[in-house]
Amino acid sequence: MKIVVCIKQVPDEKTVRFDPEKGTLIREGTAAVINPLDLHALEAGVQLREAVGGEVIAVSMGPPQAEEALREAISRGADRGVLLSDRAFAGADTLATTYALHLAVGRLGPVDVVLCGRQTSDGDTAQVGPGLAARMDVPCVAGVTRVEPVDGGAALRVHRPREGGYDVVQVRLPCVLTVAAELNSPRVPSLKGKMAAKKAEIPVWTGADLGADPGRLGMAGSPTRVVETFVPSFDARREMLEGSPEAQVEALLERLRAAGVLAR
Amino acid sequence: MEQWQGIWVVGETAPGGVAPVTLELMSKGRLLADKLGTDLSVVLIGHGVGALAEGLGAHGADRVYVADHPELADFADEPYARILADLAARERPEVILAGATATGRGFIPRVATLLETGLTADCVDLDVDPADRILRQTRPAWGGNLMATIVCPDRRPQMATVRPNVFRAAKPEPGRRAEVVPVAVDEAQLRRGIEVLEHVETEASGGLREAEIVVTAGRGVGPGEGLELLRRLCELVGGELAATRAVTDAGWLPHRCMIGQTGETVAPRLYMGFGVSGAMPHVVGMQGAEIVVAVNKDPKAPIFDLATYGIVGDVHEILPVLVERLRGRKDSA
Ligand SMILES: Cc1cc2nc3c(=O)[nH]c(=O)nc-3n(C[C@H](O)[C@H](O)[C@H](O)COP(=O)(O)OP(=O)(O)OC[C@H]3O[C@@H](n4cnc5c(N)ncnc54)[C@H](O)[C@@H]3O)c2cc1C
Ligand SMILES: Cc1cc2nc3c(=O)[nH]c(=O)nc-3n(C[C@H](O)[C@H](O)[C@H](O)COP(=O)(O)OP(=O)(O)OC[C@H]3O[C@@H](n4cnc5c(N)ncnc54)[C@H](O)[C@@H]3O)c2cc1C
Repeated sequence: MKIVVCIKQVPDEKTVRFDPEKGTLIREGTAAVINPLDLHALEAGVQLREAVGGEVIAVSMGPPQAEEALREAISRGADRGVLLSDRAFAGADTLATTYALHLAVGRLGPVDVVLCGRQTSDGDTAQVGPGLAARMDVPCVAGVTRVEPVDGGAALRVHRPREGGYDVVQVRLPCVLTVAAELNSPRVPSLKGKMAAKKAEIPVWTGADLGADPGRLGMAGSPTRVVETFVPSFDARREMLEGSPEAQVEALLERLRAAGVLAR
Repeated sequence: MEQWQGIWVVGETAPGGVAPVTLELMSKGRLLADKLGTDLSVVLIGHGVGALAEGLGAHGADRVYVADHPELADFADEPYARILADLAARERPEVILAGATATGRGFIPRVATLLETGLTADCVDLDVDPADRILRQTRPAWGGNLMATIVCPDRRPQMATVRPNVFRAAKPEPGRRAEVVPVAVDEAQLRRGIEVLEHVETEASGGLREAEIVVTAGRGVGPGEGLELLRRLCELVGGELAATRAVTDAGWLPHRCMIGQTGETVAPRLYMGFGVSGAMPHVVGMQGAEIVVAVNKDPKAPIFDLATYGIVGDVHEILPVLVERLRGRKDSA
């Protein structure tokens, strides 16, 4: 089974600060990490390989430093990594992102399963997995909470979340799955993995390597534009309830009953 | 660009009828259509959905497209996406709005890709300027720590998803009629690589999303006694128990209880937060609550900025008193 895991490098949420004046992210002092859900996608890929054999290839589109994320993926069980990096990729929205990822998957030869996180912690659209599947003309099951190979890996049986429950779904290969955190617990890098990561050669593919139409990459290929960003704020509407706990509770219940949300 | 006209809402069904999110989107869609002087249409895809079409006129639809086929009974991303994309390519709406639900998130990005157009996820505000007819779409990024306004100036349709409970459904206008347009479905559109083997129900319908009263556990409640008291409180007031990510990450409550950008969006009449700091990623999921009550021992906690009623205090002192008072009333009643 040839398995591709899509990995995005994102700023570590623990180190991120926002500038309320400018309405932007403060870049200084942020550390870059693998998007948390992509670790779950990677773990799913490694488990599939362990079950039915094959190869796990981590692919990331990003600036040169995203190579670090791919080395980490190898330390956590990926067989190899490919970095898509080119100035022409910058400013991609999800449509331009799936265009580049789709070409990369095509270049890796016949791929059986593409695994993505359900969403990222920065852009957070949850659109890349389904969009990539549309370009590949294969099914996508989004937000899966369980994955198991059936018929020796000829198909996958997955749990797909739905309002009030989940569906058990059988999906034919090739396919795209986006994964939820409940799916598994990512393993930590092994010693052997760390050695492999250090030695690994990470090829860098540009737009030209992908045979891409430059008009469909990056900013040029992105129909959406961010026209403004801001840090949200609220009109304070508070009334603080004073006194002993008993007095505070009494005052609260009085107000909630007067508003009709609690029975009198 | 002038050939693209009209606002579309992608309809979703729920047991017993149209999903609340569809009615919420229709009320916003109606406003946008009126501002642009154009029509509002709803697209229903599924099996047996035709019966719901008539009723949508009262909720503001001018037209309802119905793609009804036995093979569409179970949601499958490929056929649903092809049917909607083919219809949109033919009819040329300028805007398509859909719910950011499990189904919507599953196939709307596919539709945008097939149409090679832009899609904005999880919008919390939508507006349009009749002069340029460009949809201004505001959405949280970074878990809600940042808001971004996004446009799609040069391609049509302009597409956006919106979570349930973000907009309010309008009152129906009985007697208002919609034209029902059947949509033919062909074999090529129905081709798909998935098969649904089983539906498993894990929660009573509605749950957190439709609750009138939501009681939220924050990290300050802790794993033991505090949670027990919150469960009692829920029983006494008829509320649903919810949590912040700090609480679900710690495993004190299951993941599905999480409110916020990564979890559920709620708009109850009453939200009560205990030991919740009020971080933006949580707040984007509950700011639609009518009355917000916050109990926190830190008077500077950001949750107090949006609380209707704030109590500075230790949850372990406030909660027992609150539960006792409510129980006392029940027993004496
Ligand atoms: C404030 C802000 C708002 C934005 N809003 C929108 C919007 O509404 N619509 C839109 O189209 N774009 C939007 N973007 C752009 C979007 O963030 C980028 O297109 C990004 O490249 C991918 O989207 P995502 O982060 O939302 O990924 P998601 O769709 O949330 O990611 C899902 C999965 O796809 C894979 N993946 C995503 N990106 C990569 C990558 N570069 N390399 C490898 N795998 C990847 C990962 O497995 C990931 O877990 C926005 C950007 C910003 C800064
Ligand atoms: C990309 C991203 C997405 C996220 N998505 C979500 C999401 O969907 N939902 C979500 O909830 N979070 C989300 N988060 C996390 C969010 O930023 C906060 O970390 C989280 O909401 C904090 O939870 P909390 O308020 O319970 O805990 P804390 O922030 O630790 O606050 C605990 C509060 O309890 C008070 N307290 C402590 N002890 C007591 C006591 N005895 N009595 C009274 N008060 C007490 C403290 O004063 C403090 O204010 C996300 C973060 C990121 C970066």
